[in-house]
Amino acid sequence: MSALLEVKDLKVAYGSILAVKDVSLTVNEGEIVTLIGSNGAGKSTTLRTISGLLKPKGGTITFQGQRIDGKEGHEIVAMGLCQSPEGRRIFPRMSVRENLDLGAFLRNDKEAIEADRERVLDLFPRLRERYEQKGGTMSGGEQQMLAVARAMMGAPKLLLLDEPSMGLAPVLVDMIFETIIKIREQGITILLIEQNAAAALDVADRAYVLESGRIKMSGNASDLAKDDAVTKAYLGG
Amino acid sequence: MSLFTGGYQARQDRRRYLERGLSIIATFGILYWLGINFHKSPSQFFQASLIGLSNGVLYALIALGYTLVYGIIELINFAHGDLFMLSAVFSANFIAIWFHKEKSGPAAWGVFLMCLVAVMTFAATINVGIERFAYRRLRRAPKLAPLITAVGVSFVLQFIGLRWNGSGPKTWNTVLPAGGFHISGVNIEYTTIISFAVTAPLLLLMSWIVTRTRQGKAMRATAQDQDAARLMGINVNRTISFTFALGGALAGAAGILFQQTRGLTSYNLGFQLGLIAFTSAVMGGIGNLQGAVLGALLIGLIQGLNDGLPIGLGQQWSQTVVFSILILLMAFRPTGLLGKPVTEKV
Ligand SMILES: Nc1ncnc2c1ncn2[C@@H]1O[C@H](COP(=O)(O)OP(=O)(O)OP(=O)(O)O)[C@@H](O)[C@H]1O
Ligand SMILES: [Mg+2]
Repeated sequence: MSALLEVKDLKVAYGSILAVKDVSLTVNEGEIVTLIGSNGAGKSTTLRTISGLLKPKGGTITFQGQRIDGKEGHEIVAMGLCQSPEGRRIFPRMSVRENLDLGAFLRNDKEAIEADRERVLDLFPRLRERYEQKGGTMSGGEQQMLAVARAMMGAPKLLLLDEPSMGLAPVLVDMIFETIIKIREQGITILLIEQNAAAALDVADRAYVLESGRIKMSGNASDLAKDDAVTKAYLGG
Repeated sequence: MSLFTGGYQARQDRRRYLERGLSIIATFGILYWLGINFHKSPSQFFQASLIGLSNGVLYALIALGYTLVYGIIELINFAHGDLFMLSAVFSANFIAIWFHKEKSGPAAWGVFLMCLVAVMTFAATINVGIERFAYRRLRRAPKLAPLITAVGVSFVLQFIGLRWNGSGPKTWNTVLPAGGFHISGVNIEYTTIISFAVTAPLLLLMSWIVTRTRQGKAMRATAQDQDAARLMGINVNRTISFTFALGGALAGAAGILFQQTRGLTSYNLGFQLGLIAFTSAVMGGIGNLQGAVLGALLIGLIQGLNDGLPIGLGQQWSQTVVFSILILLMAFRPTGLLGKPVTEKV
């Protein structure tokens, strides 16, 4: 196994306030890795920085052996790193179809795009029913599915998922986690953020625990799920 | 509780009746005014409409620049009218001074077409430059900062116009064929036909770019959510530059059309026509492309009818009439004619 993504000593600030103080993490090819932590710990900030939406104050980010900190967002997507962002951020005045088209914005391989479209619509049949509906008029859960499906349309090597189960009914949460496993089976590596730490540790191979901008713990997901401190803080036990 | 809601309900109903009554009265008043004018002199009626519409297409070209930029970065680009002014001055110099064409003729028409391409490129380049050096660094700043910057850029462009064109208006000999022909009493100028012939394909081309091309898709996505657009792999900076280029090119076309149909340039043209064009964009629903064109044609038409009909308020009331109608419209439809309640963008 080789490191697909390597984040080292990352520091990110909003203005003068450091939101991410010291984050180092590795994601290997084929893994599901989860980043857990309480509200405001800096999880989304970390993902936004990896995707190039924020510029780090310090540290390095390496993807497929290439430095990507300092690259523009669109260059990073072109390398095969896609994200389904926190809060869904689908295009409200575009239909499901147009949103999915935009997910494949940088691709030219028409046939493969159509195949991927079928694949994500099979994964989320609800989106097929709502195909021509405007994104902004769909329910929160449907929008969340669209956000994940749209990110998959980029044919990513690494998929960043920021709280994909947010706002979903319990049955749909289960479905999202099953979907995450299916996505991995299709050869896509996943870095996952979840409020639902128990479920995240359940699907993940490895996990990092983030606390006020610093990685506090890391290890195999199953080990962390049994750890007392983790259980107390994040698993409600 | 029921008492309050009852009172509220009654007030709402009364307000709605009042609004509906007023708008019906206004509509009938306008129809009556148009009717008696039409009855009095049909040819004058059509003449006034035609003049109005030919101004309207000019406003439309400028209005689109305001609405495109607002649609994508929510900035009211105060400098846009002055870009139009510089384009008019550029065209005058290009045709009359650099190419010595002051009379109509095939060679001069060739120069006109060359100038059309040149001035569109000129204005697009300046607009892209303005965005790159003045607005881009303020993209994440509070809204007021780019707005004030735009006012500043407007002054800079006016100053350039002042130095280039002089402090007073300048008249020019133009190369478009003068005169026209008559259809049942309505005089149709060749310049009017040329204005339509230049504008219509440009509008169609633009609408094709925005709705059908990859670049247009990137524009619409960027208008709706910049960060999400970045996550799709869209080069947001380049997309915004492209939008400024489009708006600039249209202002350039408006510049040459104005200069060649009126034979006039002045450093403060941007203020006069820019204001009307901006009003058109607002009337149509700022950020909405069809709205800008509709608003521009309507304002042109209103002005034309008001100025040209036998029974009307006359030219000195032109601006007053336009803005009264705008204020009325805004009271009933704050988002403009085609604007959606949620700000509709590109
Ligand atoms: N745009 C911003 N400007 C200023 N501060 C911000 C901004 N976005 C986030 N922050 C701050 O940065 C810190 C980390 O935020 P972040 O969104 O990364 O947290 P998170 O771990 O994703 O939390 P949550 O679980 O609630 O999503 C928080 O203290 C937050 O208030
Ligand atoms: Mg978050």
